[in-house]
Amino acid sequence: MLLSLRGVSKSFGAVHALQDVDLDVLAGKVTALVGDNGAGKSTLVKTVAGTWQPTSGEIFWKDQRTSIRTPRDADALGIATVYQDLALCDNLDIVQNMFLGHERLRFRLLDENAMERAARGTLAELSVTTVRSVRQLVASLSGGQRQSVAVARAVMRDAQLVIMDEPTAALGVSQTAQVLALIRTLADRGIGVLLISHNLNDVFSVADRIAVLYLGRLVHSGDVAGYTPQRVVEIITTGTLATAAT
Amino acid sequence: MSIEAPGPPRPLAAPSEPELETLVFDETLSTYLRQTLQKIRGGQTGVLPLLVGLGIVVIVFQLKASLFLSNQNLANLLTQASFIIVLGFAEVWVLLLGEIDLSVGYNAGIAGALMALMSSAPYNLPWFVAILIGLAASAIIGMLIGAFVILLRLPSFIVSLAFYLALYGVLLKIVALDNYNGSITLSSSKLIGLVQANLPTTAGLIVVIAAVVGASILTVLRDRRRRASGSEVVPFAITAAKVLGLAAAGALLLFVCNANRGVFGIVEGITYAVPIFMGILVLWSFLLARTRFGRNIYAIGGNAEAARRAGVSLGWNRLWAFTLAGLTAGAGGVLYTSANGGATGNIDTNLVLYAVASAVIGGVSLFGGRGKMFHALLGGLFIATIYNGILLIGYDAAVQSIVIGVVLLAGVSVEALSRRRQARS
Ligand SMILES: Nc1ncnc2c1ncn2[C@@H]1O[C@H](COP(=O)(O)OP(=O)(O)OP(=O)(O)O)[C@@H](O)[C@H]1O
Ligand SMILES: [Mg+2]
Repeated sequence: MLLSLRGVSKSFGAVHALQDVDLDVLAGKVTALVGDNGAGKSTLVKTVAGTWQPTSGEIFWKDQRTSIRTPRDADALGIATVYQDLALCDNLDIVQNMFLGHERLRFRLLDENAMERAARGTLAELSVTTVRSVRQLVASLSGGQRQSVAVARAVMRDAQLVIMDEPTAALGVSQTAQVLALIRTLADRGIGVLLISHNLNDVFSVADRIAVLYLGRLVHSGDVAGYTPQRVVEIITTGTLATAAT
Repeated sequence: MSIEAPGPPRPLAAPSEPELETLVFDETLSTYLRQTLQKIRGGQTGVLPLLVGLGIVVIVFQLKASLFLSNQNLANLLTQASFIIVLGFAEVWVLLLGEIDLSVGYNAGIAGALMALMSSAPYNLPWFVAILIGLAASAIIGMLIGAFVILLRLPSFIVSLAFYLALYGVLLKIVALDNYNGSITLSSSKLIGLVQANLPTTAGLIVVIAAVVGASILTVLRDRRRRASGSEVVPFAITAAKVLGLAAAGALLLFVCNANRGVFGIVEGITYAVPIFMGILVLWSFLLARTRFGRNIYAIGGNAEAARRAGVSLGWNRLWAFTLAGLTAGAGGVLYTSANGGATGNIDTNLVLYAVASAVIGGVSLFGGRGKMFHALLGGLFIATIYNGILLIGYDAAVQSIVIGVVLLAGVSVEALSRRRQARS
């Protein structure tokens, strides 16, 4: 087990965004986390990414109890995250954003050439060919291009767990296919992927396991083979399965 | 040519091969110029309005007062500009974070007063020790301001306003110590000489040539390394133009300063203030552009939450930036005090705020994350030009203040308009 949450809760004042959530993410598998708007998916992501601390509950990394207090802790464990809001700096260029917090150094100074080469390579792998220059400011990119940069930024790390909060929401058809293919590749390389998506087609085409959040509770989880899109929709909207599986 | 053997049909939607070529920057000069023109039309004007403004102002002053472009006045202008520029450098550190420090002027005053005090009886410390004490005090004050802003999450505007008021009082107290009666005269010729003495002309010539040649070689080498590594580069013509511009600035500096400008005796050479502020410019620009710390400062100013999630320590980086702002303010104070031959409590209150103005007029964004040290150099020169020219024409401090106020307003308006234009395009 790469990452396990046990009884994790997170409250914002009176709002219980997460309640008693148990979730397992396996290495080499794509775990899809689905749920309606406001179900608590992004809250869960940020809890694991160290953006904030859970109100209660335990997090296990490789079966060891751990606490992820800061984004740096998550990074040190080997967790890379694509946030729903992308978390990019508009005033920096693509390369600078992709390496923010992980700049390559040479004689303790920024090694811009090495970073630019690596960034260009990763973008090419993702077939991001529509950007004019990797040295243009992120402010000047389209929504989809920004999302591509955020995804590239996360997969460029040698992470063991990659969390993606709606990584394809703004992407075109071919870029989406590219990102899904990449997610598969990551998993096949033995990396754990936690994918949040509203697109069940994507989920069913790429995920191995599925977990459903409903109003902050994790109401269902298991192998994707045990579900159909119709059943998942029902769980997402009602929180339970009224009709027995046939 | 061979006929392909029939085989299984190729999958239609095979992921395409990575197309590296399409990412490579088109580096021909005409494309570059076209894109630059587009940028300017789109509102990213850079320092262009400032340079145009500076040109206009220089012409107007010269028409009104023929002495304006005399060697003597230009050398004088450079001296006046030196501390405005250095205070501007100080302000850049905090502006880049999206913060502001209104107190750099009086923080500078403290450094100057301490330096004057420590180099005089009864302390009689060596001149460089006196300078270090002044600089250290200013750095600590900067750090304190930062600590209040960071730990208590107070707006830097209010914290630095409080320091502005308090430091003024402290300054008055220092210059009243030991019955100094409001002013401490510098006795060390070294300290006075920082701004008032000039480099011997040959030394000045060598220093300027060495600096220009050195910078040019570094620029060209860097350019070549980038080309070799396949990084995006500006067209060579642009690099060459930059080198030429630098050489022209150096030549102008020598032309103005190395000529005899004395009326009664021989006065010639570049004031020591110039290599001092140029040194600070190079050092701080290097920190900002080439180190992780500098990158963090820009990231925090651009999107603090994104920087935090990327693992950047907001607290430490901001604290260091505030400290460096204080330190730089101290350096400005050392120059100011040297230029005046001593420390007093009545620093021109306007001068105190020119720091903010010069950085902003130069093009550093008030909203954080955008701007360079170089911008404070240009802004400082601009303000010093107005400061100097208005008095030369014969107007008084009132007019001077009004004009600089209007220029500042114009400067931020241009920035705001270009932002709107950028947002629309
Ligand atoms: N910083 C916050 N402060 C207060 N409440 C918050 C905060 N972040 C999230 N919430 C609340 O927590 C709940 C879950 O939000 P979350 O962003 O995790 O939903 P989500 O499942 O990611 O939704 P979406 O599909 O729209 O992205 C919502 O009710 C939201 O209002
Ligand atoms: Mg969300």
